[in-house]
Parts: sequence; C-alpha cells; structure tokens
Amino acid sequence: MPDSQTVAVSGEGHNPALLHHFATEEQQRNSASLGMWIFLATEVMFFGGLFCAYLIYRLKYFAEFSAASKTLALSLGATNTAVLICSSLTVVLAVYAAQHAKRSMLLGNLILTIILGFVFLGIKAVEYNEKFEKHHVPGPSFQFNEVNVPGHPGQYANPSHAQIFFALYFVMTGLHALHMIIGIGIFVWLLTAAWKGRFTPEYNTPVEMGGLYWHFVDIIWIYLFPLLYLIDRHP
Amino acid sequence: MSEHSSSPLKTYVTIWLTLLAGTALTVYAATVDLGNFNAAVALTIASCKALLVALFFMHIRGASERLIKLVVITTVFFLLILLALSMADYGTRAWS
Repeated sequence: MPDSQTVAVSGEGHNPALLHHFATEEQQRNSASLGMWIFLATEVMFFGGLFCAYLIYRLKYFAEFSAASKTLALSLGATNTAVLICSSLTVVLAVYAAQHAKRSMLLGNLILTIILGFVFLGIKAVEYNEKFEKHHVPGPSFQFNEVNVPGHPGQYANPSHAQIFFALYFVMTGLHALHMIIGIGIFVWLLTAAWKGRFTPEYNTPVEMGGLYWHFVDIIWIYLFPLLYLIDRHP
Repeated sequence: MSEHSSSPLKTYVTIWLTLLAGTALTVYAATVDLGNFNAAVALTIASCKALLVALFFMHIRGASERLIKLVVITTVFFLLILLALSMADYGTRAWS
C-alpha cells in the first residue's frame, strides 16, 4: 500500500520537514497546533490569576481604582490598542503568505509585525517613564496625595489603596510587555528562517504557531486596555 | 496540503476594521455615564473583539480538529470557574 506512512518510514521522497515520528504532514501539523493551544490554555490561567486579583481589589477599592485609572494616558493606551490590532493583521497576512508561497509578502509582513511590536513597547516605555516622574510607581517614593475620587467632591483617594491599583497595573502590563518581547524574538527568528526560504505551502507550522502566540498576546491587551484605562472615565 | 484554514484576505481586512471600530467604540462608551453598566459594556466589547480575533485570525472557525475547539472551550470554562468562585467567596465575606 503506497500510502504516506510507508513513504515516511522508508524516508524516500518525503518532505524533509516531516519528522520521523509522525506519519503524515497533517498529523505533524495537528500535533503542533494542539500543543500550542494547550500552552495558550496555561497562559490564560497564568494571566487569569492576575485578572482575578484585579477584580477582587477593584470591587473592594473602586473609588481609588477609578481615581488612579484617570491618571493613565488614555490616548497612549488607545493608540497601543490600535497598534496591536494592526500587528495582528500583519501576522495573519504573513501566515497567509507563507501558505501561498508569497515570499515578499511574507517577509514584508514579518518585518511590519516586528516594527509594530517595537512601536508598542516604545509607547509603553513613554508611559512607564511618566509613572516614574509622577511617583506613581509602588514603593517608598509612591505619592498619590489629595487626588479627588471621581464623582465624590471633597473626598480624597486613599494612597495605599491606589498603590494596589498601580501594583496591578505594573505587574499586568509588565507581564504583557514581557510576552511582547518574547513575541518579537519569535518573529525575528521567523524572519531569518523565512529569509532562508524554509517555509513552503507544505511546511509553515512555525509561522502559524508564532501567529497564534501573537494573537493571544493581542487578546490579553484587548482586555487590559478597558480594565486599566477606562474605569469611570466619564466627566 | 490541499486544504487551507486561511480565510480570504477580504475577511481579514474586514475583521481588522471592525476591531479598530470596536476600540473607538469602547473609548467613546467609557465617556458616557452608564452607571454600573460602564464595566459591562466595556467587557462586552472586549469579549466581542477577542472572539473575532480567535475565530478569524486564530482560525478556530475553520479548524478541522475538534480537539482544538474542545481545548478552547475548556480553557474559557476553567477561567470562569476561577473568577466566578473567587467572586462568590469574596462577595459573600463579612470582612471590613
């Protein structure tokens, strides 16, 4: 029976990218895909713990959370959301290009994704810098004195409660930024591999898996943006 | 491989524009005083955006493997257990 299994075992005439312990290319691709999704599931639970902590403290110290949220730069946060959404488009175009053997489209979109990743981190750095200047970084130099609670004139936010908001802000956005840095690393590696012509319509699993990771990081930010920046914004 | 899970390029651009519009909408909605519903509206828009990314950009919609859909649904289910049971605990405590 000259099916693909026989071909794989004999090692003749099969795709060199097909590892010997897989019967077919489709099985290899599906295994990688399932493994990636299970990894993303662990990542969801990883971030889930932080979202849970955020939720508990937001309900407990809502006044301080809304006062502290108003000090974040809304325009920069919204711009970063748009930047990440654009990068998700370039990623999905890169996957499409890899599947359809469009070399320049693949390289171009991988480069654009890396650039957009750096733009995101640059804007984040500007925001972090502002936090240091305003002494909004949790620690001994933290200051949040005489900040009014929105909707309650004359009532000041409790600085130690506001500090919890900023601690969550730095841990959540910091962990997200770490994922962005790793994502950029993955895409630089994909770019060098694509440059060498390693990806074909038959074998492009790394591009697809890197894409899944990037989209996941985008989804995390889609939740972080309204939860951190948009608490009680109305005048 | 003959089958491709990729949707056509037109779909990608449509989803991309919808996601950008969703971002503008969520920023606008935050400036309107809806009382307790502000958070609900923000989370609904965020979840719609996340769903669009997952279905069309991460290709869950065209996934041939049912196992992947099972993993995704299980993940969301366990995340909701984490959040819901924690809220049930803290929400009914008589502290401070």
